[in-house]
Amino acid sequence: MAYSEKVIDHYANPRNVGSMDKTDPTVGTGMVGAPECGDVMKLQVKVNPATGIIEDAKFKTFGCGSAIASSSLATEWLRGKTVDEALAIKNTDIVNELSLPPVKIHCSVLAEDAIKAAISDYKQKAAKA
Amino acid sequence: MKLPIYMDNHATTPIDPRVFKVMTPYFTEVFGNAASRNHSFGWEAEEAVEKARKQIADLIGATAKEIVFTSGATESNNLALKGVADMYAEKGNHIITQATEHKAILDTCKRLEHEGIRVTYLPVEQNGLINLQQLKEAITDKTILVSIMYAQNEIGVVQPMAEIGKIAKERGVLVHSDGTQAVGKIPVNVITDNIDLMSMSAHKMYGPKGVGALYVRRRNPRVQLTAQMDGGGHERGMRSGTLNVPGIVGFGAACTLAKAEMAEEAKRLEYLRDKMKDRLLAALDEVYINGTMEHRLPNNLNISFAYVEGESLLMGINDIAVSSGSACTSATLEPSYVLKALGAGDDLAHSSIRFGLGRFNTEEEVDYVTAKVIEVVKKLRELSPLYEMFKEGIDLSKVQWTAH
Repeated sequence: MAYSEKVIDHYANPRNVGSMDKTDPTVGTGMVGAPECGDVMKLQVKVNPATGIIEDAKFKTFGCGSAIASSSLATEWLRGKTVDEALAIKNTDIVNELSLPPVKIHCSVLAEDAIKAAISDYKQKAAKA
Repeated sequence: MKLPIYMDNHATTPIDPRVFKVMTPYFTEVFGNAASRNHSFGWEAEEAVEKARKQIADLIGATAKEIVFTSGATESNNLALKGVADMYAEKGNHIITQATEHKAILDTCKRLEHEGIRVTYLPVEQNGLINLQQLKEAITDKTILVSIMYAQNEIGVVQPMAEIGKIAKERGVLVHSDGTQAVGKIPVNVITDNIDLMSMSAHKMYGPKGVGALYVRRRNPRVQLTAQMDGGGHERGMRSGTLNVPGIVGFGAACTLAKAEMAEEAKRLEYLRDKMKDRLLAALDEVYINGTMEHRLPNNLNISFAYVEGESLLMGINDIAVSSGSACTSATLEPSYVLKALGAGDDLAHSSIRFGLGRFNTEEEVDYVTAKVIEVVKKLRELSPLYEMFKEGIDLSKVQWTAH
């Protein structure tokens, strides 16, 4: 199968790889997928509590090239967005940007799930604080 | 060294130039139909076919009359199983095979099950081999055939065919073996291995695609088959259809070369394979070899790089042609059923790579591939949340995953 140039670029030069402190109250962590399914994404956002803006986003992904590219792209898009804007990111946006073929759409779904899980984790922490 | 490097020789092999040279005249000059009995064009073609039949028989300890030409191993497997099931229907309706057979066996068995045949799929142990005690216990008075592949196409493990054959013979049960990966790579002898039917393919042993054969024993016992292809009654009525003369000539030449060079080639490939394995194991942690190293084809290495997904690894080594057991690389989006049968767990199946070394791989290529794989695995582990968790001492089997 041929990969799109954008997928290859994200695979070769993944953006924002890394991990942030899970216990930091301003950091939301989302981990989706399962090893036996062949893909696991960990996506983290660091939110400025005063402005609600995502100041940093990091990811680590176990999965195929399209899964890596989807999560790498997600971190790029998340930076600078408000939490509400981030929740508006749809998997179809990722499909279009990366020209993912039908068999790889689940990678984009997983990335959208990871965004939602990370933000939900942040919101839960913020509510408790 | 030329890129890309081909290291997927269990999928197919290139035609050896020496084989190709022998085949060439049979496309344009000696083009006759081997079944034409009344002119020299037919006689010459027939002569070439009979020579090849002998060459193939010689490689496996058979006689020429026991070789039935087919289009390839898939057809041979179909003919063996369906042909025996039809012919021996009065004797019984039970076939024994194993979980890690090629789909050409498993799917044929599935079809036979719809037609009233009972099939036992023996499990394999963690090393990839069947348990001989389980085989003994599975044989009943209704069993007509045991079909166990000689060498496995993904993990390269070699079954103890001689012992399997002995067990079946003691109970008067026929033995079929899919010899596609073994013939031409390791010594195979249908007499000492107690095999009654064996499938073979030319393109796995540096011959052409589109030609294969089924060995059908003629003495002790004389095996009979119901033809699955009706027509002109070629191949002693077992497989109708005009013979693929250039393909058959190439198959024969490939067998003669294999017989002459097998010992030396196996030694060379085993050295290269082991060098690669030892370097990978030394450079990387959490690497698992799938299937026993003790009974294995000399050119096969199937290895799982834990916490790295197979397709992403293939993407990183895109100037090297190998295969993965990852779901993402299969048509069905399921991880390798062969690795699952070993009890490896789906996660290790997703992380597996199959290296199939061949006659034309050089030591320089093997060194390049080894270094590249190490580099890409390290890079992808930097990206892997699972490797991070493993390093933090988290037991991944106890994590609540959100399966999707």
